[in-house]
Amino acid sequence: MTRRQKETLIKNTFFLFAIISLLILFLIVLFLFREGLPIFKEVTLRDFLFGNEWYPTYQPPSYGIWPLIVGSLIVTFFSSLIAVPIGVMSAVYISEVAPEALKEILKSIIELLAGLPSVVLGFFGMVVLAPWLQETFDLPTGLNIVNASLILALMAVPTISSISEDALYAVPKEFKEASYALGATKYETIIRVIIPSAFSGMTTSVILGMARAIGETMVVLMVAGGAAAIPESLFDSVRPMPASIAAEMGEAPFGSGHYHALFATGIVLFFMTLIFNLIADYVSHKFREEGSGTL
Amino acid sequence: MKWRYFKQSFFFALVTLSAGLLLLSLGGLLTHVFLNGFRAITWDFLTLPPMDSMTKGGILPAILGTLYLTLGALAVALPLGIVSAIYLTEYARQGKIVRIIRIGVNCLAGVPSVVFGLFGLGFFVVFLGFGSCILSGALTLGILILPTIIGATEEALKAVPQTFREASLALGVSKWLTIWKVVLPLALPGILTGSILGIGRAAGETAPIMFTAAAFYTAKLPASIFDEVMALPYHIYVLATAGTFIDETRPLQYGTVLVLVGLVLGIDLFAIVIRSVMRKKKRW
Amino acid sequence: MHPVKLWVIGLLGFFIAAQTSPATAAVVVKGSTTVLPIVQAEAEAYMKAHSGVNISLSGGGSGDGIKALIDKSADIANSSRELKPEETDLARKRGIKPLLHPIAMDAIVPIVNPRNRVKNLTIDQLSQIYQGRIRNWKEVGGDNMAIVVVSRDSSSGTFESWGQLVLHGAKVTPRAQMQASSGAIVQVISKNKYAVGYIGIGYLNKSVKALTVNGVPATVQTAVSGQYPVSRPLYMVTNGEPKGDTAGFVKFVRDKEGQRIVEKTGFVPLKRN
Repeated sequence: MTRRQKETLIKNTFFLFAIISLLILFLIVLFLFREGLPIFKEVTLRDFLFGNEWYPTYQPPSYGIWPLIVGSLIVTFFSSLIAVPIGVMSAVYISEVAPEALKEILKSIIELLAGLPSVVLGFFGMVVLAPWLQETFDLPTGLNIVNASLILALMAVPTISSISEDALYAVPKEFKEASYALGATKYETIIRVIIPSAFSGMTTSVILGMARAIGETMVVLMVAGGAAAIPESLFDSVRPMPASIAAEMGEAPFGSGHYHALFATGIVLFFMTLIFNLIADYVSHKFREEGSGTL
Repeated sequence: MKWRYFKQSFFFALVTLSAGLLLLSLGGLLTHVFLNGFRAITWDFLTLPPMDSMTKGGILPAILGTLYLTLGALAVALPLGIVSAIYLTEYARQGKIVRIIRIGVNCLAGVPSVVFGLFGLGFFVVFLGFGSCILSGALTLGILILPTIIGATEEALKAVPQTFREASLALGVSKWLTIWKVVLPLALPGILTGSILGIGRAAGETAPIMFTAAAFYTAKLPASIFDEVMALPYHIYVLATAGTFIDETRPLQYGTVLVLVGLVLGIDLFAIVIRSVMRKKKRW
Repeated sequence: MHPVKLWVIGLLGFFIAAQTSPATAAVVVKGSTTVLPIVQAEAEAYMKAHSGVNISLSGGGSGDGIKALIDKSADIANSSRELKPEETDLARKRGIKPLLHPIAMDAIVPIVNPRNRVKNLTIDQLSQIYQGRIRNWKEVGGDNMAIVVVSRDSSSGTFESWGQLVLHGAKVTPRAQMQASSGAIVQVISKNKYAVGYIGIGYLNKSVKALTVNGVPATVQTAVSGQYPVSRPLYMVTNGEPKGDTAGFVKFVRDKEGQRIVEKTGFVPLKRN
C-alpha cells in the first residue's frame, strides 16, 4: 500500500469513528420515538402534555403528564433562583477578588464538587435535609420542592460557577486597565466592564446549569416526594419527569401502554434539555466578544 | 467619596460570602458523610459480600461491579472518543460536516442520564437482546462519557503547538505518523486527565445502570459479562429507599456513600494533580 | 507489539472469553419488595447448601418482577398479587405461561406514628383517607392534624392489593407520597406524626404502630383464618413448570425448611396440609 493510500484509509476510518457520536445521538432519538410514539394511539398529544392525571397503571389508564412537567419546571426554577446568584458571585470572587494563591485551590474544589455523584447528594437530601426541614418547619414531609431545589442548586452551582469563571477570565486585560485608568474602583470595573463583557459566557453557564437541574434524576427521585400533583405550596411534594421515569420504568412491561408513555415522557424531557443546550450554544456564539479592539 | 469604597467593600463581602457558602456546603457534606461512615469502613466491609439481609457484611460485590462497569465503559469510550477527537482536530476540514458533528457531540453531552438509561434499556437490553448485564451497563455508561472523552482529547490536541506538527511534516513524516509519534504523546497528559474524569463520572452514575445492569443482591461475584452486578451508587439508592431494614442498615449506607465519595473524589483529585503537574512541566 | 494492536486483541479476547457460559448457574429473581426479605433469607440459606448456584435478586415491586418474567429477563418473579388481565394477555402473546407458586401468606397492616392516638380504622375510613376525602385525623377520632397519606408506588403488588381490598378500585389521591418499598414506608411513618401508611406484616417493628382494621388485629392467626380483612397470598411466579436450579429453589422455599425461614422473617407460612 502506498503512503497515500494508507493516509486516505486512516482518514476515512477515523471519519467513520467520528460519525459514531452522531449515529448514537440519532439512535437515541430514533429509539425514543420508536418506543414513545405508540402512546399517541391511546391518547392525543394535547391530552398527554396537558392532562392532569397520571394514573398509568389503573384501568383505564390516564396518561397526562402536565403535573410532571410542572414539577420539573418548578424545581428547576427555584433551584436556579438559589444557584445563579451563588454561582455567579462565587465566580466573581474566584476570578477577581480572591488572592492569587487561593484561586487554583478554589477552582479545584469546585471541580470536585461538580464530580460528586448525584446519588450521594440525593442521599444527603433524604437522610439529613428532609428530617431537618420536617422538624424545623413542622411539615407533613421533608421531601418536597424546597428540599429538591436546595440540593439541585448544590449540583448546578459548580457548573454555573466554573463556566462563568472561565468567561470572566477571558475578558481582555485591556478592558480592565482602561477602566482603572479612568479612575474606576475595582468594584465599578467588575460591575460595569467585566461582567457585561463576560455576559454571554455567564448566560451560557446559567442556561447549562438549568439544563443540568431539569435533567437530574437521582436527586429528584430521592427527595422531591413523588406526588404526581400540581403543588399548592413550596412545601408540597412533586414528581418531576426524570423521577417518574426512573421510578416506573422497572414495572412497565416492554410494549405496554405504560412503557410507551414513559418513553414519550423521555422524549419531552430530551427535547426540553435539548432546547436549553441549543439556546446556550447559540448565545455563546452569537454574543461572543471578538477580540479586544486594541492594536 | 467614601460611598464608592463602601459599596465595594459590601460587594466584596457578598461575593466572599457566596464562595464561603459553597465551600461550607461541600465541607459540611463531606464531614457529615465521613463522621457517619468511617465506623463502617473495616477490612471486612470492603472484602465481604452482604449478609443477613444486608444488615451485616460488606459491599465487595458492589465495589467489583462498579469496577467492571467503569472499565467496560472506558473500553468503549476511549477508542471511540480519542479517534473521533483526532479526526475532528487533525483531519477534518473545518466545514459544515465538522460543525454538525460538534453540535452532535454537544447535544449528546446534554442528554439527561435517565434518557441514557431508557436508551440502554430499549436498545442494548431489549433490541439487541443482551439482557440486563455488565455488557449493557458498560455500553450505556460508555456512550454517556463519550462526549467527556472527546472534549478532553480535543482540548489536549489543540494545546499542542502547531510548530511541532509543521516540523515533523517538514522532515517528511506522513500525517498519521506525525500524529501517532509526535502529537499524541504530547497530548497524552490531557487525554489522561479527561479519561480520569470520565471514570469518576461513570463510577458515580445510577440512572443509566438501574435497568441495564444493576441488581439488588448477587451472592456470588459475576462470572461473565452477561451477569448482573451490584454497583456502589445503585446500592446506596436501594438501601436508602427500597431496602428491607432501612434504619438498621443506615451505618452501612453511610459507609457505602463514604466509599463511593472517596473513590470518585480520589479519582478526580488524582486527575487535577496530574494536570497541574503536567502544566508546570511543559517544555514549550 | 504495536500498542493499538494489543488493545484491539485484548478487547476481542475479552469479548470472546465472555461468550463462554458461566460455570455457575444463575437464577435471576425480581419483583415484590414485600417478598424480598423472605427470598433473600431463602437465597442465603439455599446457596449455602448448593454452592454452584448464584441467585441474583432485585426488588422494585411485583409489577417489575412480572414484567421481567414476561420480558424473559428473570427466571422467577416475586409477586404479592395475582397477574392483572393485561399482564396475562401480554404473557400469552409472548409465549409465557405464568405459573403461580404460593410461598407465604401476608397481611397488609395500616400503620401510623406511635404518637398518633388513633387505634382502629374501618375499611371505609381507610378508603376515604386514601382517596383524599378524609383529610384530618380528628375526623376519625384522633387529634386535629392533617393526614399525610403515604403509599407504595404503582409497581408494588402491595399497592395493587391495597387498592383492591381497601379502596375497591378507587383511585389513590395524587397528593399521596409514593415510596418505593415497605421499608421506606416504615421509615417515613416512624419519623412523621401526621402520616399513615400500609406495609406487609413482616415489616412491622417497634418504630411504628399497627392499627386494627374493623377491630381485627393483624396476626398470623387472623391472617390464616381470613378474619383479618386485608390479607393475601405471596407468590413466586415462573414461566410454566420450572426446571433445574429454578425448580430446586422454588421447591426449597415451599418445603419445611423454607417455610421455617418464612416464619423467621416475620411472615405467615402457608397453611399446613
